[in-house]
Amino acid sequence: MPQTRSVDESFLALPLSALTDAALTRALDLGCEHADIRVERIRTQMISLRDARPEAVTDGEDLGLAVRVVHEGTWGFAAGVVLTAAEAVRLAEEAVAVATVSAAINSDRVELAPEPVHRDVTWVSDYEIDPFDLPDTEKTALLTEFSERLLAADGVEHVQSSCMHVKEQKYYADTAGTRTRQQRVRIHPEFTALTVDRATGSFESMRTLAPPAGRGWEYLTGGSWNWAQELAEIPELLREKTKAPSVEAGRYDLVIDPSNLWLTIHESIGHATELDRALGYEAAYAGTSFATVDKLGTLQYGSPLLQVTGDRTTPNGLSTVGWDDEGVAGQEWDIVQDGVLVGYQVDRNMARLRGLPRSNGCAFADSPGHVPVQRMANVSLRPAPDGPSTDEIIGGVERGIYVVGDKSWSIDMQRYNFQFTGQRFYRIENGTLAGQLRDVAYQATTTDFWGSMSVVGGPQTYVLGGAFNCGKAQPGQAAPVSHGCPTARFDQVSVLNTVQEGGR
Amino acid sequence: MSTISAQQLVERALAASTTDAQITYVTEHSEANLRWAGNSLTTNGAMRSRSVVVISFLDGGAGMASGTVSRTGTPDVAELVAASERAARDAGPAEDAVPLVSEAPPGTGDWSADPAETSIRVFAEFAPALGQAFGEARDRGELLFGFAEHSMSTTYLGTSTGLRLRTDQPAGRVELNGKSPDFARSVWSGTSTRDFRDVSVGALAAEVEQKMRWSQRRVDLPAGRYETLLPPSAVSDLMIYLYWTMEARDADEGRNVFARQGGGNRIGDRLAELPLTLRSDPAAPGLETAPFQVVPASSGAASVFDNGLAAPAIDWITDGVLTNLVRPRAWALEQTAPATVAVDNLILEDRSATVAPADMVASTERGLLLTTLWYIREVDPQTLLLTGLTRDGVFLVEDGEVTGAVNNFRFNESPVDLLSRAVQASRTERTLPREWNDWFTRAAMPMLRVPDFNMSSVSPAS
Repeated sequence: MPQTRSVDESFLALPLSALTDAALTRALDLGCEHADIRVERIRTQMISLRDARPEAVTDGEDLGLAVRVVHEGTWGFAAGVVLTAAEAVRLAEEAVAVATVSAAINSDRVELAPEPVHRDVTWVSDYEIDPFDLPDTEKTALLTEFSERLLAADGVEHVQSSCMHVKEQKYYADTAGTRTRQQRVRIHPEFTALTVDRATGSFESMRTLAPPAGRGWEYLTGGSWNWAQELAEIPELLREKTKAPSVEAGRYDLVIDPSNLWLTIHESIGHATELDRALGYEAAYAGTSFATVDKLGTLQYGSPLLQVTGDRTTPNGLSTVGWDDEGVAGQEWDIVQDGVLVGYQVDRNMARLRGLPRSNGCAFADSPGHVPVQRMANVSLRPAPDGPSTDEIIGGVERGIYVVGDKSWSIDMQRYNFQFTGQRFYRIENGTLAGQLRDVAYQATTTDFWGSMSVVGGPQTYVLGGAFNCGKAQPGQAAPVSHGCPTARFDQVSVLNTVQEGGR
Repeated sequence: MSTISAQQLVERALAASTTDAQITYVTEHSEANLRWAGNSLTTNGAMRSRSVVVISFLDGGAGMASGTVSRTGTPDVAELVAASERAARDAGPAEDAVPLVSEAPPGTGDWSADPAETSIRVFAEFAPALGQAFGEARDRGELLFGFAEHSMSTTYLGTSTGLRLRTDQPAGRVELNGKSPDFARSVWSGTSTRDFRDVSVGALAAEVEQKMRWSQRRVDLPAGRYETLLPPSAVSDLMIYLYWTMEARDADEGRNVFARQGGGNRIGDRLAELPLTLRSDPAAPGLETAPFQVVPASSGAASVFDNGLAAPAIDWITDGVLTNLVRPRAWALEQTAPATVAVDNLILEDRSATVAPADMVASTERGLLLTTLWYIREVDPQTLLLTGLTRDGVFLVEDGEVTGAVNNFRFNESPVDLLSRAVQASRTERTLPREWNDWFTRAAMPMLRVPDFNMSSVSPAS
């Protein structure tokens, strides 16, 4: 039953107004054109088990505040962990000092796109059971029981298990008058079974496909994921994988399951349509993008079947918020329409630079100690309204491979050339699955790959995948993000044999 | 600043303990950074934080258990200790339980002294010099991108067995990336530093300028196996991944590249034909790091029970032969093998090497000279096959001279295999790992010559 959740009293009881008054008043006194303050409390618990025995339980809380200013057209940012008015004043002064030192290397005047003022607003994500309300014994017992099921199966020699859950509380206020209070909960349980063949020295693993989700502990106990079935199937799937033949390198029609395709979307569309990358802000680190602004509206990103949206609103999405870290309300917009690039993910400064009327709300800082930068929305591939099932898509393939689950991923700094592996690969022969294959990686160039998409599955194949650990910016920040997609077919994609790649 | 000192917090937490044992450590951290793109600032910051970590140990009858709780700022000590003790009570007996360390390791800092600190002022001379480099790049019609960061962490670690240990960790890094206005040409230089006093913006900018000149002539080459010169930064990123994989328990259980066929691990095996030594040393000049272990959570590679354990200099590979893997005390007892600690720096060297990297370029008839590697990920743990990209400068060397810049490639290679195939190493020098410098900045590596590096496909990226 859905419950109306509120932000925890213990967070609201922090001296948020006093800190705001102290920091913003001082910043305005020092001549800042804009100032904002964030107070964040992020609680993270990580439980890990090795062979169904406790390996580590850690419970951390990161509580702090940050002041960001625009002073004479230059950014300044300072962060600390002492929640007093005096420290808020010091941080405002330090932020101005940072702007002053930085002015020597700044030639682009910072201005922000306008946003309606959101006075005194509150948002809480969709979850039922706060994992931090439960005793550790209850959580560890369930993870141990799931692990033991795997470990008890024939052929499973080791089991690695972990569950990370996070509660993020965030307060934002700025000199325009916006005041937001938010609370989000997310969870990522993972179970990996390993088998070892001592005689040959070989080993193989298989991991659960359950994606991380913007949910609470009910993700492990309720009906949104079928854990019992997945844990029961893994040992046999693993046994089959160890006996599977090695793939013959070449070109194949791929049917890619959402459990694998979400990551390909993340790397080749999500990152490539971040405007800060296209403008070069990430050039020395995360990289740039082939999808440059001169190609907006004309770049043929993929086949006409390709419809991609960005949003910060999907229920249970990891990037879903009420307002972003610049006080911009969560929105949904088009990124690729009928195969053509039509939109980017932006923040307020970049929206202004591009002459857009408003930011689409993609500013995010991963902690109170980090400055907000443009981070990824939930970037998702739309299913075909009356599209086929996964079986029907496989049924149309003469000679191909069905790809399930993500594993290894790598893509270049302009988001052209990528290589992915997976949890399991099935040979498709004349429309039916004909057993697993080993040592598979697929490699392609982004626009060729999306251009080869010939069938898009229906809503019944749609799954919201995602990750907790999308990396970007210097200093490095980790952001959670979801990607929804249906099963889809891609024609004549290059498949490598990873053993041959290793020169053996 | 906080009114209660870090040392006082440690003492109060230890005094509040009601369980069998406790380890508490407090880290005072400060950092400052500048980031720039297209010859102008993008973001910056000055941050301070304090984290307090309490680990309680409790034997409820079935064996010793532990619980870790951490908070930032100046938390309520009684609440924090109680939460940690509840976590220990709720946890099952730990597999890695051994008696806590009580012998103080050598080389630790002054417990009573105030924490070290940095601020944005560390860039007082760097920022104007960078501004000058921007002007010079602008005059050449080029763009500069990059990042500079300095941080200082002081950790005070106390244990109920009587240890009071302190360590200071300064760290700094600078990356300078030069591009043509159309982004088609892209090059890189970078360095690690402890205090920014040894950072020369002029020298970094000169390296960028030289590589931009080398990039004037573009040469397209197909995928294939090439004689390749891997410079120290590229070698460091591959060796760091290898180091992160050197877990003895995984090897003993048959589940990493260091597992021996038939059982056991590969210690004693020759991995490299060259007399290469891979080692860590907390006192290595310019790469100094903590001489004892600080562990918040147990894993196969480290144990909370080993907090405060001396982390002495160690060889992982000696003259080409695998000599050690990372082995916490509990696993060492189980295997009757020595306990070892992963130190936070890494050095690869051929002690017989006499040539500099430039000499190796000069003695190359035809080959590729790389700059850095990027997006390195594990493809096959069995062989430690890694994939990734070349980045910011693949140069064609012909008859000892750089004759042009080549397109980028995706590679598929195992660092273990590369060690066995490397035919020449230069003298070792301090370097900044490009891929892993968010986590690992203290490295010294040689240039390596590999006769047949596997460039799996062409990347159109620049």
